[in-house]
Amino acid sequence: MLRDITIGQYYQTESLIHKMDPRVKLGGTLLYIISLFFFRNFWGYVAAAFFLGLVIRLSHVPFRFMVKGMKSILFLLLITVVFNLFLIPGTELVSFWKLTITVEGVRTAVTMAIRLTLLIIGSSVMTLTTTPNNLTDGMEKMMKPLKVFHVPVHEVAMIMSIALRFIPILMEETDKIMKAQIARGADFESGSLVKRARALVPLLVPLFISAFRRANDLAVAMEARCYRGGDGRTKMKPLVYQRRDRVGYLCILIYLVVSITVGRL
Amino acid sequence: MSIILDHISYVYGGDTPLEVRALDDICLQIPDGQFVGIIGHTGSGKSTLVQHMNGLLRATSGHIYFNGEDIYDKDFSMKKLRSKVGLVFQYPEYQLFEIDVLSDVCFGPKNLGFDRKEAELKAFEALRRVGLPMELYYQSPFELSGGQKRRVAIAGVLAMEPEVLILDEPTAGLDPKGRDEILHQIKQLQTETGMTILLVSHSMEDVAEYVDRIVVMNRGRILYDDVPKKVFSHYKELEAIGLAAPQVTYIMHELKNRGFDVDTSATTIEEAAESVKKCLQITAASS
Repeated sequence: MLRDITIGQYYQTESLIHKMDPRVKLGGTLLYIISLFFFRNFWGYVAAAFFLGLVIRLSHVPFRFMVKGMKSILFLLLITVVFNLFLIPGTELVSFWKLTITVEGVRTAVTMAIRLTLLIIGSSVMTLTTTPNNLTDGMEKMMKPLKVFHVPVHEVAMIMSIALRFIPILMEETDKIMKAQIARGADFESGSLVKRARALVPLLVPLFISAFRRANDLAVAMEARCYRGGDGRTKMKPLVYQRRDRVGYLCILIYLVVSITVGRL
Repeated sequence: MSIILDHISYVYGGDTPLEVRALDDICLQIPDGQFVGIIGHTGSGKSTLVQHMNGLLRATSGHIYFNGEDIYDKDFSMKKLRSKVGLVFQYPEYQLFEIDVLSDVCFGPKNLGFDRKEAELKAFEALRRVGLPMELYYQSPFELSGGQKRRVAIAGVLAMEPEVLILDEPTAGLDPKGRDEILHQIKQLQTETGMTILLVSHSMEDVAEYVDRIVVMNRGRILYDDVPKKVFSHYKELEAIGLAAPQVTYIMHELKNRGFDVDTSATTIEEAAESVKKCLQITAASS
């Protein structure tokens, strides 16, 4: 059940996109998302979809993997579409019972749906092709300038990478504890809402305890290796821009210019 | 009255490149009252196997019969099965959650529908069986030592009064003394109640003394299924799959190779000592 969530998951394979510097992917994704909000007509979205398709092709990640991630937000997408469809005033298109659908409503609903879909697939391309560690490395380096304003960049990056590292561990732990309590006759699946919430206590208490225990163990292990924050700390694999990264930036720039010109015609 | 596994296979990560065949065509019959050791190296499928026996995992193919009923039948109650087949997981102390030991042990019986009084009676009995000192019954389970916590967790399953008790590595992470105590108590439990017990372990030394039968697992298949003496006679093959026979077996074989007429099928230290003594007496008498 927990294994079906693919948002934020890494898909291991060899590709140009996988090898790219995480900063390019981060920046590119950000610019891509921003670009989606600039379009005034349909052609901008066509350009965006085309570009995304190209990147997916280059990433060697099967397309069905990305669609899988979409399933979890399908509900959100549906709500957005329905609300936009019925609640936007304008020229009437059809009307039944108390509901009216307007031309403007249809237009907004469709663009919203396209925008959200592209946005989510676009960002999942980044997470599917970048390991969490790589991603936080990239973020740390990109945010370095913020240090001037006393933002604890290294600490935030470290917390993030540890948190990401703990997700699979805690998921496995949840699975184990759940099974152990089911073996003791616990029932997580039936009964009223209150009963089900109460049934979670035997799962959550051991889970919290184990999370604290692991956090404590990790802190001790880090201290034993003389960890004392980011000052003077070097990387084993420092991020250095290669030729392909410069080409990557250039591609994103070209995309931006083309799509926004086309999209705002 | 028994558990029968009929051609059980379990595959996980199906239709992805990471497909793993954790169990491969397992056939096994466990009669009532037997003390069975399931031995295998890490990743051999032993934990996966026992999780099938109380329905926590569902086999990809094959059937499991508990007391003659197919547990995959639509009208078969998994809840009832889990009350009859108790499973103690690895490191069970991590599943404790209640404010005191007694309430934690009551969790199982209460889930089975017993009222507070009956549940507490069963809990008392289970805690007595695992040998936990009485003064600890009303303490927080989190204040106990590792070995005591494990006893509480085992009691938590025992309190459900199962007919079959499965223990997955009950001695992992315990010191030798704690290990011997727990194994001894399990054996005692079996002789007193006639309960069927399955003990999962990766150490032959652990089980050799106590069990009636050993099932050796390797890569999701059953390699040997026999009485301990017969299984240990394959000690060379066992080594090849990362397991080892008890140290006694090695010593006895070595002695035999050096010309002493000892019984190589001895599995416990007592038996070995007896055999060596006899052999020495014969040599002394003949010279």
